[in-house]
Amino acid sequence: MLAFLLPTLLGLILGTFGSIFATIGISLTDWDLLTPAIPAGISNYTDLPADRLFMKSLVNTLAFSALYVPLTIVVSLAVAMGMNRKLWGIGAFRVAYFLPTVSSPTAVGLLWTWIYAEDHGTLNAIITAMGGNPVSWLGPKMALYSVVAVNVWGAIGGGMIIFLAGLQAIPRDYYEVAKLDGATAWQRLRYVTLPALAPSIFFQAVLTTINAFQAFDYIYILTRIGNGNSTMPTLVFSIYRTGFRFFRMGDAAAQAVVLTAIIFVMTAVYFHLQKRWGEPA
Amino acid sequence: MTRDKWGDVLAFVALTLGAVAMIGPFFWMISTSLKPMAEQFDMRLIPATLTTENYPKLFTIMPFHLMIWNSFKIAGISVIGQLLTCSMAAFIFAVVRFPGRNFLFVLLLLTLMVPGQITAIPQFIIFKWLGLYGSQAPLYAPAFLGGAFGTFLMRQYFQTIPIELAEAARIDGASLSRIFFTIYLPLSKPALAAFAIFAFLFSWNDLFTALIYLPSDPEKTTLTVGLALFQSQYGGQWTLMMAASLISVAPIIIAFFLAQRHFVEGISMSGFK
Repeated sequence: MLAFLLPTLLGLILGTFGSIFATIGISLTDWDLLTPAIPAGISNYTDLPADRLFMKSLVNTLAFSALYVPLTIVVSLAVAMGMNRKLWGIGAFRVAYFLPTVSSPTAVGLLWTWIYAEDHGTLNAIITAMGGNPVSWLGPKMALYSVVAVNVWGAIGGGMIIFLAGLQAIPRDYYEVAKLDGATAWQRLRYVTLPALAPSIFFQAVLTTINAFQAFDYIYILTRIGNGNSTMPTLVFSIYRTGFRFFRMGDAAAQAVVLTAIIFVMTAVYFHLQKRWGEPA
Repeated sequence: MTRDKWGDVLAFVALTLGAVAMIGPFFWMISTSLKPMAEQFDMRLIPATLTTENYPKLFTIMPFHLMIWNSFKIAGISVIGQLLTCSMAAFIFAVVRFPGRNFLFVLLLLTLMVPGQITAIPQFIIFKWLGLYGSQAPLYAPAFLGGAFGTFLMRQYFQTIPIELAEAARIDGASLSRIFFTIYLPLSKPALAAFAIFAFLFSWNDLFTALIYLPSDPEKTTLTVGLALFQSQYGGQWTLMMAASLISVAPIIIAFFLAQRHFVEGISMSGFK
């Protein structure tokens, strides 16, 4: 029995929990991996507010999550509700909405850099043909929105499947009864569909939030500019740069600890909210 | 028409528009990749001059065939590691009662919240210390240490297999590993297929880890890092870039069409992505 569990136990002890403690330990040092680590107390944490890349990344990550999470949930729920109507060509729709989800974000990210490109890019070509002025889609001002759009685009397929499963579990009778009682479409959504879907929405919200704080691939490809910088760095990007490009392991570890703490707190908040909403009014 | 029929029509139109937004970019990718460089800013969807010259050119610039093979190899080994170690643990969680089982399982599920970056730092130091920086081992070795997601998924499936089967086999003197390999695994093919696809995609699409360990050697690195390198060297040459992205998404899209059902199951079981 132990042999069967051994890989998992090793993964848990060394891989996850060991790593967390090790990272916390490293975050209390200054270490460039070439010379021995120097104890640094909590200075790596207290220095974070002065770290411009980190602070910019923190703000961007929060803004990104605040837009990405609700948008992904609302759009994939809307798509799932359309799909649940058993329309003609539903199989083709499913393939279409799923394609971005299975495609490599790196490869598809390149495609979006072409669409968003400032000079002669697809979007700007359309805009200029209609007499408008080209937009710097991936520049510092617009990058957040452009990146959110692509990330949502890539996440709809996965969310849709989860919600579709939830919708199909709602008995048709509920809707029949609601209709007989004269409920409008809005009321059927508000009092039948949404309450029945609450568990799926809750778990989707938790998972999408966890993913949002770790967003990297699309953002790396879409917003990188010369000299390895980004027009919209996020926390994972900042950890990557600090730790694995500049080899400031202590600083990177401190950032990773902060990222983990944020995710833990967010998850706890969700579970707390669920408890409060879950109680009968 | 009744009101609901109008609702269907509305939903159909909305879904069609949405579908265009979902797959339109892919058609644009194909179209651009089939244009000669001189016509890359020609906005026609059907190229005025149709050419496949970008594809052979790609392979002279960078060893894309090697990078495809590397990605495939790393993802394949990761799938084996994940399938084996996750289903082994899942089997124990589903079949054997032992003290602390629930505690251990919850502990495992908690790791779903732990971002990869916090484990990446000590892992990097260990792999570097082992002299494996710049090799492919760091990309697949961790797959042999189980994982919360796969274990959860396989346990859910194993629990649908009547426990009496395992109990009867044990009374007949079968060992745990015999029960696992001759009863549980053969009965779990759909779940294994779905999980294999998920694990394959996870590794195939990985950019962060590959960027850390194999940042610059086109012969050793994965397709994702190769694309990023390609982007920094040939940025602005869109016909080439689109050809490069197309050859990276094509294998997965073809596999998706062939095994659509398993893909959908793999993703829906995950709730991730």
